[in-house]
Amino acid sequence: MVERGEEAFTGAVLKFQIGSRGLEGKLLPTRHARVRKYGAELQRCQLEATPVEQGDYHPLKPIIVTDSRSRRGGRKGSTSSSSSSSSSVAMDPLSSMMEGTDPLSLFAAASASEVPTLSHSSSSVELGRKQRENEDEVGADFEPWSAKRGEILSRFTTTEKLSINLFMGSEKNKASSPSSAVSEKVRTRLEELDDLEEGSQRELLNLSQQDYVKRIEELNQSLKEAWASDQKVKALKIVIQCSKLLSDTSVIQFYPSKFVLITDILDTFGRLVYERIWSMCSDPRPQPDSFSVEDVNDTAKETCLNWFFKIASIRELIPRLYVEAAILKCNRFLNKTGIQETLPRLTAMIRGIGDPLVAVYARAYLCRVGMEVAPHLKDSLNKNFFDLLASFRQIHSDTVQNQLVIQRVEIPVYLTLYSPAIHWILQCVAYRAPDVLLTEMMERCKKLGNNALLLNSVMWAFRPEFVAARATDFIGMIKDCDEAGFPKHLLFGSLGRSLACADPAESERLPILNEAWKVITKVRSPQDYINCAEIWVEFTCRHFTKREVNTVLADIIKHMTPDRAFEDAYPQLQSVMKKILTYFHNFSVLFSMEKFLPFMDMFQKDSVRVEVCKSIMEVFIKHQQEPTRDPVILNALLHVCKTMHDSVNALTVEDEKRSLALLINGFIRMVSFGRDFEQQLSFCVEARATFCNLETVIIQLIHTVNQLAMETKRVMGGNHSRKTAAFVRACAAYSFITIPSLTSIFSRLHLYLLSGQVALANQCLSQADAFLKAAVSILPEVPRTISVEGKQRSSEAFLLDFINSFLSTLLVVPDHPEQGVLYLVRGLLNMVQDYTWEDNSDAKVRVYISALPLLAAMSQENYLYTIPKVDSNETLYGGDPKFVAEISRLCETLIGQVLDHLKTLGREEGVRRQGSIAFALFSVLLAHGDLRNNKLNQLAVNLWNLSHKNGYCETRTSVRTLEHIKQQAQQPELSHLSDMLLRLSLQSRA
Amino acid sequence: MSVILDIRLKRANKVYHEAEVLAGVVVITSKEAVQHQGISLTMEGLVNLQLSSKSVGVFEAFYNSVKPIQLINSNIEVAKPGKVPGGKTEIPFEFPLQVKGNKVLYETYHGVFVNIQYTLRCDMRRPLLAKDLSKTCEFIHVLQPQKSKVQPSPVDFTISPETLQNVKERNSLPKFLVRGHLDATNCVITQPLTGELVVESSEVAIKSIELQLVRVETCGCAEGYARDATEIQNIQIAEGDVCHGLPIPIYMVFPRLFTCPTLETTNFNVEFEMNVVIVLHDDHLITENFPLKLCRV
Repeated sequence: MVERGEEAFTGAVLKFQIGSRGLEGKLLPTRHARVRKYGAELQRCQLEATPVEQGDYHPLKPIIVTDSRSRRGGRKGSTSSSSSSSSSVAMDPLSSMMEGTDPLSLFAAASASEVPTLSHSSSSVELGRKQRENEDEVGADFEPWSAKRGEILSRFTTTEKLSINLFMGSEKNKASSPSSAVSEKVRTRLEELDDLEEGSQRELLNLSQQDYVKRIEELNQSLKEAWASDQKVKALKIVIQCSKLLSDTSVIQFYPSKFVLITDILDTFGRLVYERIWSMCSDPRPQPDSFSVEDVNDTAKETCLNWFFKIASIRELIPRLYVEAAILKCNRFLNKTGIQETLPRLTAMIRGIGDPLVAVYARAYLCRVGMEVAPHLKDSLNKNFFDLLASFRQIHSDTVQNQLVIQRVEIPVYLTLYSPAIHWILQCVAYRAPDVLLTEMMERCKKLGNNALLLNSVMWAFRPEFVAARATDFIGMIKDCDEAGFPKHLLFGSLGRSLACADPAESERLPILNEAWKVITKVRSPQDYINCAEIWVEFTCRHFTKREVNTVLADIIKHMTPDRAFEDAYPQLQSVMKKILTYFHNFSVLFSMEKFLPFMDMFQKDSVRVEVCKSIMEVFIKHQQEPTRDPVILNALLHVCKTMHDSVNALTVEDEKRSLALLINGFIRMVSFGRDFEQQLSFCVEARATFCNLETVIIQLIHTVNQLAMETKRVMGGNHSRKTAAFVRACAAYSFITIPSLTSIFSRLHLYLLSGQVALANQCLSQADAFLKAAVSILPEVPRTISVEGKQRSSEAFLLDFINSFLSTLLVVPDHPEQGVLYLVRGLLNMVQDYTWEDNSDAKVRVYISALPLLAAMSQENYLYTIPKVDSNETLYGGDPKFVAEISRLCETLIGQVLDHLKTLGREEGVRRQGSIAFALFSVLLAHGDLRNNKLNQLAVNLWNLSHKNGYCETRTSVRTLEHIKQQAQQPELSHLSDMLLRLSLQSRA
Repeated sequence: MSVILDIRLKRANKVYHEAEVLAGVVVITSKEAVQHQGISLTMEGLVNLQLSSKSVGVFEAFYNSVKPIQLINSNIEVAKPGKVPGGKTEIPFEFPLQVKGNKVLYETYHGVFVNIQYTLRCDMRRPLLAKDLSKTCEFIHVLQPQKSKVQPSPVDFTISPETLQNVKERNSLPKFLVRGHLDATNCVITQPLTGELVVESSEVAIKSIELQLVRVETCGCAEGYARDATEIQNIQIAEGDVCHGLPIPIYMVFPRLFTCPTLETTNFNVEFEMNVVIVLHDDHLITENFPLKLCRV
């Protein structure tokens, strides 16, 4: 590569010699760059520095409040009086703007149950009301039904065949006597009824669960349709038939899901009825939420009453109960106490339901509706619960047992069917209930035989703090439970869930863990085991050290390994991992757990494994503060990263690659071997081999190595010893052989340049040469378009940027003794000339123009900047006239090229471009050229005129340029500029 | 039909007491102006009696139904002959519900053999070549609530094999014991019937417990009396094998129109009864009957 580049460079010189003919035959003097005194210029340009006295005003110093206006309720009392404000109490200007407290904390305070700050303005009555509302209403801490819904649907499924028995028109309207006295309205309703009755007794048998759900959804839909088409009777019938399905307990495993589906329909119905009656209230409509009975007009009341009469005459108990509960809210239209009276009645009505499962779900529905409509009526909630306890023995009645035998359902499975409903009831009961009540409830539960089911729900629904405080009691109760009934691991699971949220007393923690784990470890089914263990891991991580966690992990591995049980439990295992990572941020502790890596090995499915690795890395990056060299961490994380890296294949999407690379980069950045630079380099070598597929990581590695070289230089204070010199060369070598493996051309270019700069800084001249040569030699490979964020864009701007920064580096690169003068500059320009630029592009000329300042800078006696311990061309040539002449020749060639280009532009439609290029060249000549030279001066004036010829020049820029020249001309050595100024005319844009 | 005639009563529930005034509007909707020869309103109250085919022969039941008893029949004119303009025209009216002489107005009641119904009919007589128009609207007559207090009449009951009548083989009956009470048998028609029922024990599982509301209608006719009991509604209060020892509420709302205060007249009687029906799993049906006296307070 380098060799070929050299050949090309030699050619460059020839070309430029040929090109030099095009300079309009004018020979420019040897040095046409103006002599610069960088130091003096800098001094002149700098802003006047005025020393700041201590204690004076400074914008960044805290503002001292001298405002004597008194502030109400300021955060700091001291600011209120002028005497204290004179003392230099620093006050944040932002907080002083606010009248005391900032608005965010105000809101926070307001949302707390006592509304202290806001209440100043509002009257005390309002405050009282607000507080009462706060107590009564259901807050955000109440887990809503919608959250439970999905869980129930996914948990209670069946593969058995279901049936829907829709018996539309089962209840013949008793008024359908042949008498002619039936009113018009009733008659039309009867006709509607007849429509439905014909063949409407249909029984849908052998439905799969999906079909069943679909049918129910269809019913929901037809309910809405019937309602929309004003067939209210049909709608009611659909609802009645649906709720009748709830009395059917065949395929009992599916019952909870059925309940969810059907109560959805009931909710829809309740909403429809309520909205309809509400809409009947004539204008002005009462407030949706706070209206009184007086606001409701007679028509609305009558309609509402009709609904209640209609529902009261439903024959079957269960539909009557459910439908009335569904429209419970409508009682508000009739009288104030309606809901208050209806709830206890409905609660008592449930006693008539013989099947305990059906009854408990009916109670759950009633509690749900009650919580929604009248959350302050706690009594009926409690009554529901006590009724439930009173009829609890029904669960073990013969009727139920017989049914279970027929359906071949085991008792533990059957009992779990109760959980969602009892959870819900208890949740409603326990919501913001005083501890005394909870204790009483618990005592009542205790008294009942075989109360595991209740115990479970108590642990679920009661406040975690309440449960945690009595954790030891609970363990005792769990132990006393009958093993045959409710599975104990579920009980411990519930307990664990509470303990994960609230802490039991310090002294009890270890006994609790021991007792719990004793039971958990005996669970045979791996699925049950892991469900329970997953919960308890949180408790363990929260309160214990790595030793206990390690033991727990060992136990999990022991249970999950046989028969590859872990394959079915990835979500739970992942959750275990997540919990451990939440509590253990110290990775040396984490990886020193013997069982941690074996635990990781259980994630054998690729996608899951990568997920887990990613989560580990995320935690590492987030929490690792200090760079590390701990071999345990490094080995383990290298392994983790390798796993992530190895998941990359041809099909991996770009985003995924990016996120993986980001994580791996984060890791690489956190690795530091301190002063052991060689170790670090060899780590990078290893990492390069490991992460070869992720380009971003490779780039990061090159940066790391470059940084390493600079760090070495810093440590050595810039004087490399033999050993360190060899090391930095090794670093350069690393970069040099790594860069070509990148596919992105711009990454390569920039890294070559950067590495070249680093090599130069470290006095590795030949390495720097090689980097820069390599950069030049791959320039022709730059494609004309590159894809940026998925779009094809011209690469020109990027290329120009790169070349400009490359040029500025070239100033300090000394010429190679064996190559010609300005070897690299020529090489670059040559490549620029050969590069196939876009048609109609001025990029090439722009490069030429920007090369001129470089050449001007090179011809100075003292360079603008140099690298310590590296001799630049200024020292090498010492201002040798031959060198200067060479530079001048190059400049001539370049200017000639630019002028040629300008000519071609004049012929074409490119007058605007011509003007802009001419102006650019003028600016360069003005800044860097020695304008005492007449020809150069003339050229500049010509360029000025050319750029203004067609009136495309921006007048503002021109004016400012002239002003600048005027200012420059005041300096003695630039006085000639004033003459030129006279020749530069501003053309009005005619 | 281009002309639509309608009666709209002011009261949404259409319930009126005696001596009250029925207020409302007659609405005439038409695209064009309507020529008419007078619009009148007729108020009519009728008791329709029908003989059941059980008590008399089928044919007699069909043909020989008793002549309806007219309770009220009065007429007022709403508009004199003339023209009603096109569009929607509302003619307000006020019509007192007042009987002539000493006739008694009974409450509206829809039964099987006895029907007491009040209607308001609007007639529009039209000139030749156009049909007369008529629209009927039912309204409900409810007696003025009586001032007197109802004596609470709670009833306790016990149902067991021993208390049953009409049993053929008492030995084959399973053992059971149901206790309970009704808060009142003298019921206020606007209040629900309430009570409690406890299944103390039952050998056979209970399938269902129902409350059956029954009307007993008696019609006087040429051959004597015809007395028939028919079901009004059946309300289930327990389904399945309910928990023993736990009181189950008895609660039933009296349906409107189909019930009225217990009525005894020279020509017909309307009475009500309630049955507590217990269905056992072996389909044994146990019924306990309670006569009710309904009144309006």
